[in-house]
Amino acid sequence: MNEARQQPIQAGNWQNELFDLLRRHDVTQFAYVPDAGHQILIDRSLGDPDVISIPLTTEEEGVALIAGADLGGRRAVLLMQSSGVGNCINMLSLIKGGRFPFLTLVSMRGNFGEGNPWQFAMGQATQPVLEAMGVICLRVEAPEEVIPTAVAALTMAYKGGQAVALLLGQKLIGAKPF
Amino acid sequence: MPIDAKTSRAQAAPALVLERAQAVPALLGRHEDFLIIAGLGGTACDVGAVTGDAAHVYSLGGAMGAACMMGLGLAQARPDQRVLVVTGDGELLMNLGALAAIGVMNPENLAILCIDNGHYGETGWQKSHTSLGVDLEKIAAGAGIARTRTVAVAADLAAGAKVLREGNGACFVVLRVKPTDPPPFRRNFDASLLRDRFRAALAERRAAGIAHQ
Repeated sequence: MNEARQQPIQAGNWQNELFDLLRRHDVTQFAYVPDAGHQILIDRSLGDPDVISIPLTTEEEGVALIAGADLGGRRAVLLMQSSGVGNCINMLSLIKGGRFPFLTLVSMRGNFGEGNPWQFAMGQATQPVLEAMGVICLRVEAPEEVIPTAVAALTMAYKGGQAVALLLGQKLIGAKPF
Repeated sequence: MPIDAKTSRAQAAPALVLERAQAVPALLGRHEDFLIIAGLGGTACDVGAVTGDAAHVYSLGGAMGAACMMGLGLAQARPDQRVLVVTGDGELLMNLGALAAIGVMNPENLAILCIDNGHYGETGWQKSHTSLGVDLEKIAAGAGIARTRTVAVAADLAAGAKVLREGNGACFVVLRVKPTDPPPFRRNFDASLLRDRFRAALAERRAAGIAHQ
């Protein structure tokens, strides 16, 4: 077993609290590209009869979906991995130009303890790329920071009208050893 | 000299005979019955020529590939309203995966109209893949959208219009038109203003109890 595995994906307490928090803030559409870091959120969304879970083929679809849901007065969230951020870049023009509230949860790769060399390019570029497109990044590395930071992100997105990414770091979710 | 496969497919593609300026209004009918997302480029002008600068239309000037998924998010947010996405062959080709997502979700209040002139008109009339054998209706059907139709001649228009208005699942209509300029229409390019007024118009519509069914 690799050292990185000794800080595995947590038992699920903060993920469950995070899902409940999003639901309390009336997030009703969960768009996702499957990812181990978001597994609990995805499964909870699929099991919630008051939530619409949308499997995407590529992450940029979720950016447009969030804008469409907002036009209809609803809140959607995009769950993706940091590599997926690269697939969203031009589509974020819609969020910036339209000043749509935008919230995405990004599970990070290519950072702390990463063992897959393919993940570094996009993992290291995730925050600069998001910021270049006007998305504010809030990074979380410890379980006790998740909920306070998510509350901040929700406020900034839905009261402040901003585009916000919650970056869930590899100290938090664990690094895949391969 | 034998023709190659690409040329052969192109020759097999249905001829483009319909005029968009006549065919689009015929398919849309009473446009106020829909909330409309109009894709960038010529399709936004096709819609604008029918609706004018209307609050229930959100027209894109960029973010190519967004229209279908915006329509899905909107349709899921407002199941009491009928949502129409009007996109072009070029934009749809950029995000074919959206058809898979829509096929899976299958909202009954979402209709997609693809105005297919087989060309990228905005950028110098290069042929698009639909001029080279790609069949968008088959792709939509393969993505699981149950009701699809290609409208290529005037006799198909009434049936196409009916598909766009019927609801027990997402539907998809390809309108094959001549590769000619869209009708002139000066669009509003302020994406934020369009958002604000769209949301306000929807709130008024709901307050007035206007629903599609």
